[in-house]
Amino acid sequence: MGMTLTEKILARAADRPNLIPGENVWVTVDLLMTHDVCGPGTIGVFKKEFGDDAQVWDREKIVLIPDHYIFTRDARANRNVDILRAFAREQNIKYFYDITDLANFKANPDYKGVCHIALAQEGHTRPGEILLGTDSHTCNAGAFGQFATGIGNTDAAFVMGTGKILLKVPPTMHFIFDGEMPPYLLAKDLILHVIGDIGVGGANYRALQLAGEAVAAMTMEERMTLCNMAIEAGGKNGVIAPDRTTFDYVQQRTSRPFTPLYADADAEYFYEKHYDVSRLEPVVAKPHSPDNRATVRDCRDVKIDRVYIGSCTGGKITDFFHAAQLMKGQEVKVPTYLVPATQKVYDDLFTTKLDGLTLAEIFLQAGCIEPSAPSCAACLGGPQDTFGRLNEPEVCVSTTNRNFPGRMGSKQAQIYLASPFTAAASALTGYVTDPREFLS
Amino acid sequence: MTQILRGPVFVVDDNIDTDQIIPAEYLTLVPSKPDEYEKLGSYALIGLPDRYGAFVAAGATKTEYPIIVAGENFGCGSSREHAPIALGAAGVQAVVAQSYARIFFRNCAATGELYPWETGDRLCEVFQTGDDASLDMDGLTLTNHRTGQVYALKSLGEVRPVIDAGGLFAYARATGMIPSRS
Repeated sequence: MGMTLTEKILARAADRPNLIPGENVWVTVDLLMTHDVCGPGTIGVFKKEFGDDAQVWDREKIVLIPDHYIFTRDARANRNVDILRAFAREQNIKYFYDITDLANFKANPDYKGVCHIALAQEGHTRPGEILLGTDSHTCNAGAFGQFATGIGNTDAAFVMGTGKILLKVPPTMHFIFDGEMPPYLLAKDLILHVIGDIGVGGANYRALQLAGEAVAAMTMEERMTLCNMAIEAGGKNGVIAPDRTTFDYVQQRTSRPFTPLYADADAEYFYEKHYDVSRLEPVVAKPHSPDNRATVRDCRDVKIDRVYIGSCTGGKITDFFHAAQLMKGQEVKVPTYLVPATQKVYDDLFTTKLDGLTLAEIFLQAGCIEPSAPSCAACLGGPQDTFGRLNEPEVCVSTTNRNFPGRMGSKQAQIYLASPFTAAASALTGYVTDPREFLS
Repeated sequence: MTQILRGPVFVVDDNIDTDQIIPAEYLTLVPSKPDEYEKLGSYALIGLPDRYGAFVAAGATKTEYPIIVAGENFGCGSSREHAPIALGAAGVQAVVAQSYARIFFRNCAATGELYPWETGDRLCEVFQTGDDASLDMDGLTLTNHRTGQVYALKSLGEVRPVIDAGGLFAYARATGMIPSRS
């Protein structure tokens, strides 16, 4: 019997000719990522369990990325970055993307920003590999044809000491997106459709394999948006078969060799569903759940207080490019917050052009708030002084990934998850707005 | 010896996510530091909508509810281990839910903080917060002493001994998977 892409990757990492869903297997980990929120706790468990003098299993296979609570006066948040730094020095960790000057992020050449996008941009996401991270959106990297999933501090500490983890092989759900994407539809709409169909627990303990003509035509950044939100359906991982687009992206960023893997033609899927993307409409997830799907049209009477464009899900340069397409020459009606995922995305805002103007020029002329320092920022609320945080019970259209109560701050705030197109269209009207009203 | 846990239950609905269990603003607390572990407990379930009432009384560090009864997909959302730890630090010993988000369930086992029991019944609709209940870990039942009803729990299987031992590392040492510390 053939294997799905997830089964193939796990089989190789477990050094097994084949395996089946439900089996528990020890796999060899290629990369472990942690950040300022879970890193200190992981390091704490590592030291307690392996000893104060213990060495990590491989100093080149651990990536430490401060990104969550960086530009804050919160003393404990600042201390947590210090803990990462001390550990990186002690263990001579090869990849630590440090920040010391909080007043001016540009003065920190090593600082990247949101871990999932930084991992991709620095060449750490490679086909066929196993990536574990202490963050649920680690599944983002499945876009590169690898197995990537989020784990807790204790599991991460075990990996830190041994380079191994015990994983249960998940059954695979296969989603095939047929047809050509209409110009008003983005990857975010597709994944919100999937989550709306199967629910926030619909892929619990399962892998999501995303395929089809529409996915094959997508850029890596759009593929990341798809895999990023696998966790919002409860998925263990999301994965897309690697192709020329994948290899080009990876090889421009790393010289490290990798071996791609593919699903067998006779693989068995737990579930299979086809979507004809030409028939899909732009959608949002209404408060307070990512599966609370509605067409954007049906929400046109919802008056909003702000728009937020940022995060690992919706703060890449492609996301800003899409927003700029609608905002060019227009004026926003509500405060519009722009949070580039990484320093690279921030820089790109000032160099990427659309009809002769940089994206930053387009946004500022439209009246958006100046792009902030790159970080996770208000996607997950964070300390009270976090940029863009919903401290009041406001209504926000956001390109982020979760809208459970209190996710971006106030428990009474209402978050509509949307594509960058829909977010931009909504900013221009002050209501939840279908991008087709601005895209001719 | 039969292990029976008795006390008042706290009842919640479906899809209680990790931001409701421990909101992100408290994630600066590092669970491996004992004083911060304690503090995490004082904030357990503080992100729930106000209609639920307080899980941990104002000014207290522990809850009066050792058992949580929930619907589907308890603990969905982030991978933050702070979630089971905040519940455990507050004094929760068991959750009884119809289903769990995968990472939360795994983190319960890895940390040994609490037992994530599954049940086939929609208990969040028949239990009320404050009901006196007994959880029989070996008989696999949850009894509501207010109504006299007894409900079946699913076996925790291989996960039970890991939590009994106190989590992944303690279990691995006890069973010789990794060497014990000198």
